[in-house]
Amino acid sequence: MAISRTRKTSAIALILFFFFVVVSIASSAFESDELLQDDDEFGLEGGVRATPNPDRASPARSPSQKRFSSSDQESDSKVQFSLEHAFGDSDFAPAGTFSARLKTWSHGGQTLTKLRFSRDGFTESQKETFKKLLKDDDFYRIRLPSNVLNSNGKEYVMSSVKARCLTRENLDEHFVIHMDGVNVLAVNYGSPGTCHYPRLLKLPAKWSFNSYTVLKGGEQAPRAPVFTEEIFGGENGVSELEKQPEKSFWAKYWMYLVPLGLVVMNAMSQAMNMPEEQAGGQPGSQGQAVQRAQGSAARRR
Amino acid sequence: MEIRVLILLLLPLLLISLFAPNPTVALYEDQVGLMDWHHKYIGKVKHAVFHTQKAGRKRVVVSTEENVIASLDLRRGDIFWRHVLGKNDVIDAIDIVMGKYVISVSSKGSVLRAWNLPDGQMVWESFLQGSTLSKSFFSAPLNIKIDKDNVVLVFGKGCIHAVSCIDGEILWKNELSSESSDIQHVFQPLGSDLIYAVGFITSSKLVIYQINAKNGDLLKQSTVDFPSGFSGDLSLVSTDTLIALDSTQSKLVKISLVNGETSLLPRDIADLIDGFSGMASLLPSKLTGMLAIKINSYIVFVRVSAEYRLEVVEKINYPAAVSNSLSLLEGNYAIGLVQCSGSKIHLTVKLDSDWNSDMIKESIELGHQRGIAEKVFINDYIRTDRSPGFRALIVMEDHSLLLLQQGEIVWSREDGLASIMDTTTSELPVEKAGVSVSKVEHNLFEWLKGHILKLKGTLMLANSDDIVAIQEMRLKSSEKNKMTRDHNGFRKLLIVLTKAGKVYALHSGDGRVVWSLLLPSFRMSNTCHHPTVLSIYQWQVPHHHAMDENPSVLVVGWCGFSLDSPGILSFVDSYTGKELYSLSLTHSIAQVIPLPFTDSTEQRLHLLIDADGLAHLYPRTDEAIKIFQRELPNTHWYSIDGEKGIIRGYGLQYSCLPGITDEYCFGAKELWSIVFPSESEKIIAATTRKLNEIVHTQAKVLADQDVMYKYISQNLLFVATVAPKAAGEIGSANPEESWLVAYLIDSITGRILHRVTHPACQGPVHAVFSENWVVYHYFNLRAHRYEMSVIEIYDQSRSDNKDVLKLMIGKHNLTSPVSAYSRPEVIVKSQSYFFTHSVKAIAVSLTAKGITSKQLLIGTIGDQVLALDKRYVDPRRSINPTPSEKEEGIMPLTDSLPIIPQSYVTHSLQVEGLRGILSVPAKLESTSLLFAYGVDLFFTRIAPSRTYDSLTEDFSYALLLITIVVLVASIFVTWVLSEKKELREKWR
Repeated sequence: MAISRTRKTSAIALILFFFFVVVSIASSAFESDELLQDDDEFGLEGGVRATPNPDRASPARSPSQKRFSSSDQESDSKVQFSLEHAFGDSDFAPAGTFSARLKTWSHGGQTLTKLRFSRDGFTESQKETFKKLLKDDDFYRIRLPSNVLNSNGKEYVMSSVKARCLTRENLDEHFVIHMDGVNVLAVNYGSPGTCHYPRLLKLPAKWSFNSYTVLKGGEQAPRAPVFTEEIFGGENGVSELEKQPEKSFWAKYWMYLVPLGLVVMNAMSQAMNMPEEQAGGQPGSQGQAVQRAQGSAARRR
Repeated sequence: MEIRVLILLLLPLLLISLFAPNPTVALYEDQVGLMDWHHKYIGKVKHAVFHTQKAGRKRVVVSTEENVIASLDLRRGDIFWRHVLGKNDVIDAIDIVMGKYVISVSSKGSVLRAWNLPDGQMVWESFLQGSTLSKSFFSAPLNIKIDKDNVVLVFGKGCIHAVSCIDGEILWKNELSSESSDIQHVFQPLGSDLIYAVGFITSSKLVIYQINAKNGDLLKQSTVDFPSGFSGDLSLVSTDTLIALDSTQSKLVKISLVNGETSLLPRDIADLIDGFSGMASLLPSKLTGMLAIKINSYIVFVRVSAEYRLEVVEKINYPAAVSNSLSLLEGNYAIGLVQCSGSKIHLTVKLDSDWNSDMIKESIELGHQRGIAEKVFINDYIRTDRSPGFRALIVMEDHSLLLLQQGEIVWSREDGLASIMDTTTSELPVEKAGVSVSKVEHNLFEWLKGHILKLKGTLMLANSDDIVAIQEMRLKSSEKNKMTRDHNGFRKLLIVLTKAGKVYALHSGDGRVVWSLLLPSFRMSNTCHHPTVLSIYQWQVPHHHAMDENPSVLVVGWCGFSLDSPGILSFVDSYTGKELYSLSLTHSIAQVIPLPFTDSTEQRLHLLIDADGLAHLYPRTDEAIKIFQRELPNTHWYSIDGEKGIIRGYGLQYSCLPGITDEYCFGAKELWSIVFPSESEKIIAATTRKLNEIVHTQAKVLADQDVMYKYISQNLLFVATVAPKAAGEIGSANPEESWLVAYLIDSITGRILHRVTHPACQGPVHAVFSENWVVYHYFNLRAHRYEMSVIEIYDQSRSDNKDVLKLMIGKHNLTSPVSAYSRPEVIVKSQSYFFTHSVKAIAVSLTAKGITSKQLLIGTIGDQVLALDKRYVDPRRSINPTPSEKEEGIMPLTDSLPIIPQSYVTHSLQVEGLRGILSVPAKLESTSLLFAYGVDLFFTRIAPSRTYDSLTEDFSYALLLITIVVLVASIFVTWVLSEKKELREKWR
């Protein structure tokens, strides 16, 4: 009987466990109550961080070659940093300039806004090297300084793409610059759309760049949900009860209806067989006829 | 007719039981041990103290390098009790005091604990304070008495403490190290009230403290200059004589402390030993009146007499272990020596007074797989014929522990298995035609008897004897221990690599060691002084082409401790446990990348990245290079520099460095880099998907008939960074100045696909990546709780494929190849939940086809493994799920993840010192094998969605058989009856 005993103890354990769950629900509700208060108190301070604006992604499209007038940007909070590129394994050379406004927040954090980009066109010799890249299906690499304020001696963030991905009608390029304050975490470089896999050799019709730049900050994670008792207990239970009758009759009783259907069909087929049997056999009551039909069926087997 | 009716009746029942929402997967009490096993280990023994005086149970108390204190049975080697101290609580010394307490000093001399000897209960615990963090953490417990109180002297943190043995009270304390002194010995001359503490201040200054043993007052402090300097070795020969070694390691310096006066007397070793050259060192064994000096390849025993006559008594070859001297009743001292030659081990016990005659000289055959003896501890006992006998506890090179007595091995423990570095698995050999299976099931009668017993159990008719028999039968089921592959893929070889450089193959049925191999290429040799093992990989998995060959594994290691030391590769046959061949590389190994290609003999291609960023291809065959050349433009790798906070991605070039003509070497070109600003972010965790994971479907069908496409890429990398201030322990930073940033990075292009900041959170971060989701665990400082977050990533670029019309006319991109260079259109869903436990390791269950739902396998702080359904950490949970969402299996949102006691897969067991969890798919889709390792090993089978594709172990075939028989019989009976009735009807 030890087995049954163990099963029984596990059943008791199950009951105990449910009791424990009920108790723990009640207690967790109390805790979360306190946490909400906490939230109110520190809510403001929580926002005080170097990355205050979570939705800072500011897509800016700048037509290439168009120099912006710098008269309105003359404030001392203007920053510039240069884009450098390399063809295959060559050394990096300047290829354009990013300029942006450095906004200093009251709490000391700094962020970049209003990013503009001016792209230098390819020189003739660069065009030739680029053509060679296209031919070899090699990488076109770009890099940015990892800190926009002082780029000296700091690391560079680098990105690269197969040159064949860039050529459309023009040269289409897409920058996603991931920023953390004044630091550039990473730059993702590539074509704005898809780059189809068997990369075909195609020379651009026009040697001008269509540049798209996106500045991305970090997102804040959603907070872990904190519940109070009423969500847990009353409301939910009632609504669940109300929703119950919405189930259709078929959805509820299909498991009975299907076998019933089978039985009926079975009986039907029996009934179909019956007249044939009756023709040759003796008259009898309905039930007996069915049974006999069965019997003869068995005999035939 | 009846069958049909029965089935009709059973069908609903069957369906109900299949779909009933029952989340419990727990075992019944009688199922424990059926498919799980748990082995206890202690690790490599550092200290051992015997307790054999009383007539009771003989035991030896040991402390190990895994920070375990354990009491072992001297007769059988079983563990009476053991305590696993924390990872940072390194045990410095242990001793037995008053014959009933084991005392231990740990954490660099700051924690002193006493354990009750019989049952291992902690009696008291004292924290020793010390102002200076002294480098030495030496402690010398020795017995003196103050006011009839047993006192133990502890040196730690630069102080000498006298601690009462009764309750751990600190009676007095003397802080010695005003300067950076390095105390080597604390001792008390016999019958004296003085305590001497001797150490070095600088390399050329010796310091001697004299302390009153009663109250700890410092009586005298003297320093002695020795201009030519000391090497740091200091050996206590007798209570007034110490021998040190000078800085050239060619002179012995005798230090005598007679009447409080200190005198130094140097002497050349060359005078003592003919033909001495090179360096000498003192062995750390504590010998009385003797000295063991290691010179080149031999050990010289030197007797030190009172008037400083040095006399060489014996010279033995080096690979030998010397015990401390053991004081015998007659005032003699015994010393144990263990030497190894070939497969034999020689134990010699000698008396110091009479060196020429051996007390014991024994040779024992040991085999080749244990290496040399590293430590020996001896203990004496009185034989039945009243003559003295000795037993020796020997720690071998592979960390195993042996007890030798009367010329044989009484017991041995494979304690190397407590320090597993890496694990992999291998299939067992296929059952050959010659191997008979019928042996397993004895005969039909036995089989039937077994099932009748099971039936009795099921019908609750069994009495207690039957139940015992049933339980025994189930546990002993030889089915699970066979050495051949089984249909369900439950039987496997677990191949584990331990820190000692030994490879073990464990059978998954019961965890027994099938074979073990102390890797010859990872043993200390003249060419490589400090080999270290790193990891183990599947090298050759015969699959289609080479079924006759045995699978093999690759063991990777370094010859040295640093990244730039040359690498060693060793190839081991998984079935025979023989080393096939080994390679000593000229380049270093920073990273090993198993490539997704195999050659014609099913050898997997591996790319080894060295410290200079060059890639080396293995195996070095023409065929491998041909395969790899094709895939070279598509091969990328990345490196994470945690110090500087830079992740770099590389592509490969066709040639190595200019000037080097090595066709198996490829240069790398940097393609992308991500620089985390050092002032705000520090990398603390990174994880990727498992290479062998199989994803069943890319599409996820929602309840509203909508489809989401999982973004499935082998190249996704999850990286977590924290604020540098918050990189320390929990509580070391304010919530305001700590944050945690999680990244999803495509490791081909360096694209940051997702970046999310958790404010006021900090590490340690444990993460697991599977399919298109990552779950990570961290601490939330503001909520004062641990949290688990989930990020799921979905591909939007394929969402147009939902249009059936487009699919029909072929306007879809389902078959077009995916390029990493395309701009990904992804959407990310995430959610955070509170989680009660802190986590030691986290893994995910893997199944053969990836159809079965996943479980997170969480190694909790209590050293247990918790299986948590992935459904609980779903980002799509909402407070009030719609009926259709409920149908899909989405649970209502809760703020914390439930911990259901029944979902501990380790049930009541603890895998002490849990470090890793490995999940291996079985052939049966529903089932996954789980291997958890730490100091202990634990193995079990888990079925995340329950075993929907097989019958349970205790399924009663007899009941089924009987039911069928009864049904058939009743059909016949009713048939006969109906025939008769029909006949009667006809005759009527």
